Amino acid sequence: MRAVSAAAAAPSEAELLELALSAMEYQSATAQLGRVPNRLELGMLAALWSEHCSYKTSKALLRQLPSGGSRVVQGPGENAGVIDLGDDLLCCFKIESHNHPSAVEPVQGAATGVGGILRDVFAMGARPVALLDSIRFGDADDPRQRQRFARVVEGIGWYGNCIGVPTVGGETYFDPAYQHNCLVNAMCVGLATRDHLVRARAAGPGNPLLLVGADTGRDGIHGATFASVQLDQAAESRRPAVQVGNPFLEKCLLEACLELVGDPDLIGLQDCGAAGLTSSCAEMAHRGDVGLEIAVDRVSRRERAMTPYEVMLSESQERMVLVVSRGSEERFQAAFRRWGLRSDVIGRVIEEPLFRVTEAGDEVASLPLQVLVSGFPERHPEASPPDLAPLFSANPLDRPPPWTAEEAWLRLLASPNCADTNWIWRQYDHQVGDDTVIGPGADAAVLRLRGRGDALAVTVDSAHRSAALDPRQATAIAVAEAVRNLACVGAEPLGITNCLNFGDPDRPEIMWQLQEAVAGLADAARAFGVPVVSGNVSLYNQFDGQGIPPTPTVGVVGLLPDLDRRVGSGFRGEGDLVALVGPAGAGALGVELGGSEYQRLAHGLLEGQAPELDLDQERRSAAAIRSAIQRGLLKSVHDCSLGGLAVALAESALLGGFGVRVRAPLNRQHVAPPGWVFGVLFGESQGRYLVTLSPDSLEAATSLFSQLATPFDSLGQVGGDVIAIEGLAEIDLRAAGAAWRGAIPDRLERPLSAGA
Amino acid sequence: MSLRFGIAVFPGTWSDRDCAHAVELTGAEAVSLWHADADVKGCDVVVLPGGFAYGDYLRTGAIARFAPLMEAVREHARQGGLVLGICNGFQILCEAGMLPGALLRNASLQFRCQPCGLRVETTSSPFLGCAQRGQVLRIPVSHGEGRFYADEETMARLNGEGRVAFRYSDESGQPTSAANPNGSLENVAGILNEAGNVLGMMPHPERACEELLGSDQGLLLFRPVIGQLARPAG
Repeated sequence: MRAVSAAAAAPSEAELLELALSAMEYQSATAQLGRVPNRLELGMLAALWSEHCSYKTSKALLRQLPSGGSRVVQGPGENAGVIDLGDDLLCCFKIESHNHPSAVEPVQGAATGVGGILRDVFAMGARPVALLDSIRFGDADDPRQRQRFARVVEGIGWYGNCIGVPTVGGETYFDPAYQHNCLVNAMCVGLATRDHLVRARAAGPGNPLLLVGADTGRDGIHGATFASVQLDQAAESRRPAVQVGNPFLEKCLLEACLELVGDPDLIGLQDCGAAGLTSSCAEMAHRGDVGLEIAVDRVSRRERAMTPYEVMLSESQERMVLVVSRGSEERFQAAFRRWGLRSDVIGRVIEEPLFRVTEAGDEVASLPLQVLVSGFPERHPEASPPDLAPLFSANPLDRPPPWTAEEAWLRLLASPNCADTNWIWRQYDHQVGDDTVIGPGADAAVLRLRGRGDALAVTVDSAHRSAALDPRQATAIAVAEAVRNLACVGAEPLGITNCLNFGDPDRPEIMWQLQEAVAGLADAARAFGVPVVSGNVSLYNQFDGQGIPPTPTVGVVGLLPDLDRRVGSGFRGEGDLVALVGPAGAGALGVELGGSEYQRLAHGLLEGQAPELDLDQERRSAAAIRSAIQRGLLKSVHDCSLGGLAVALAESALLGGFGVRVRAPLNRQHVAPPGWVFGVLFGESQGRYLVTLSPDSLEAATSLFSQLATPFDSLGQVGGDVIAIEGLAEIDLRAAGAAWRGAIPDRLERPLSAGA
Repeated sequence: MSLRFGIAVFPGTWSDRDCAHAVELTGAEAVSLWHADADVKGCDVVVLPGGFAYGDYLRTGAIARFAPLMEAVREHARQGGLVLGICNGFQILCEAGMLPGALLRNASLQFRCQPCGLRVETTSSPFLGCAQRGQVLRIPVSHGEGRFYADEETMARLNGEGRVAFRYSDESGQPTSAANPNGSLENVAGILNEAGNVLGMMPHPERACEELLGSDQGLLLFRPVIGQLARPAG
């Protein structure tokens, strides 16, 4: 066998730029290898050293995150995180971004994001049982944004609906700040029994390596590198870097893999995601402390004359690699054939920790795994906060409101960010599997666990606009909101997955945002005692030099001890009492409008302080809510989020189909600034739940919340045809319903030629 | 003796597990029927579940009709055996010529997953033996191509012979256009063959078998009244 020649010519600056490899990184690679890498080796290095695969910029920060705990079976570093649900049942989950591809090719970009996260979960041996999505787009009144948004929804639906995994929840947010960089984060939750958990680890020199699923084509080459650079005007020409999905093939792959996961001869299983065979095989070998040899000629292709470079870096979807015991390969191949899947033995495990690639018997690449997988120089770009003083010094309450309180209320309900999202999720199969007890449109989704009395709850939440004012606080708020959403259905949080969407980390203010966000995530995870078991970082969400606002997103999984005691967010009956749980408000005058949805709609501004956050109180309140639900004291629970108390009240009223009349939780100030009333109605102070209860339960509830050191304030009663906060504003139930239900369909079904 | 249900599994089928669960809720037995085997394993009822059989390439159900299993299903039906096609199963039955008409892309051009009202139009089928004419069942749909279409003559025959099983309707039983999730002709949600032993329906009764999931009115489809064939199988 001919070995790799040491006589490769050094790459030009243009080549390095195309590979997104810096001169310093190139020199480091050369020094570690002791020679100049050839073009294939350079491509493999660049892919694995890309931000997308290596986390070279965020790795040091992510180490701060608490990832241990008694329920943690698998923390970060595998395809997905795994927590123990008890009685031998494991929950496997992860969230991942597909932002860049979705910006360029919305249907396929979003669809393959779903396909990729599904593979991450079933590669662990878990059956995917739920999908969730977090989507951010630009101005909902811009025809191009509307069109692209609808296409992303179509792509998410197409993949999930075809493969038969329910999409049970998610969130959407529109803001012109995402005009050029939409965000599409997909989360998958799966269930496995303990003996079926598979690791993505190679072992046993001589054991064969199988590639199964789709043939390898030229699609998605440099996808990992593409995801690690800014988008620009030429991004459209990157369309070939976006993969094309085939959910039918993946469904067969899923069923075949799940049939095989209990097999003692299955040693390691891994999906081919970013950087294709290169990354999946290198990571598998590196984790197992062995080497791998791949014969590229044995890789089945869908296109002629593909070079080893193209084969090794293709991101063709719906492929998995497996290491099996020597001698069992034919049995595995027969099992795949039954599902109509092609599989090939493309290589074998070797002892030396090398990644060796051969073509027609000649060695075309040979890289030490140490260099390839972990040899990248970590980057520590300079971080410094932007000058936020001018934003902080403004008092949002001083701005004269442009509308009456009633008008503002209806406008908030008609904002696509507060409105009913039914138009989106009715396009997703949210029921297949027959386990969705509470589906999309609720605070958290609830799935029953067969043969058990408890149930799984899951939610995905992102930091709001205030992240630009205080990324640390806003990230902690996102976690607190997720914990609240779980508490609303009665569930205790058990594990966090996160997706950190940021701009270009080489800009000091963005690196600072990233640092702060990770610190905020760590603060909150520690305060709630919930480990971060998996995650993904998406940087360079930037267009022509303009970055997105910091957008950390968290997916949180929890357990409801008793499914029969779950509650929803809609009011349940006339005469029920309405109460506010948690502090009435925060800030100097008891109200906060900084970074609120009201501020964005009314003034088109972002100013003031991010809402205050008391993590100790949050933890107490969430526990108190769960405890009250367990005791059967509450009939509905909804958290106050975007749009504050007024929007939460309207949502519960509309979901239940009842009017409501309450008093304001704060007393009117004599010398209040012009925005004060709006702050009471729409301020986004944290830690607040709107609950209803039967009058018979009042005494027990009051005493329970008091024992658990959580404020509980009875505000009024369900009933009537209006939604009223006495003395401040009152809107008609039907008018509110029309605004809330119509906001998204009216925009999305408006002819494309029509503007706002 | 309890009934034996065969649940077909094509590559791409995904409501097989849900159908088996529904069958088990009735106390009956569920066995899996593999698409490549021309054998219904002595089942009383064959269920063709929802999904995207063979990726629904060409047209929904267009490839699945050629599966070896479908030969056995056809023979089973010829002998008077019961066949229930749900969603993709309905599409396959139409492609296989076992039911008339076709299922087109939803009028909205979008996938729809939502609860629907289904007015029971006839009880002249073993599948509807436990139902009452005019009763409105609450059963969800979940499909992108469920708009029933048939030419005028076929539609007239279906109506004349009482072979429309369900129409999408509001709670009071009115087949309004607002109650029609996909633009189906005359709000048709499900139809029967001439003998009444083959039922195709777009909605998913297997998702409506437990109050916990919103409705248990789909259970009656999994409790066929055997021996109550309206007409001789032909």
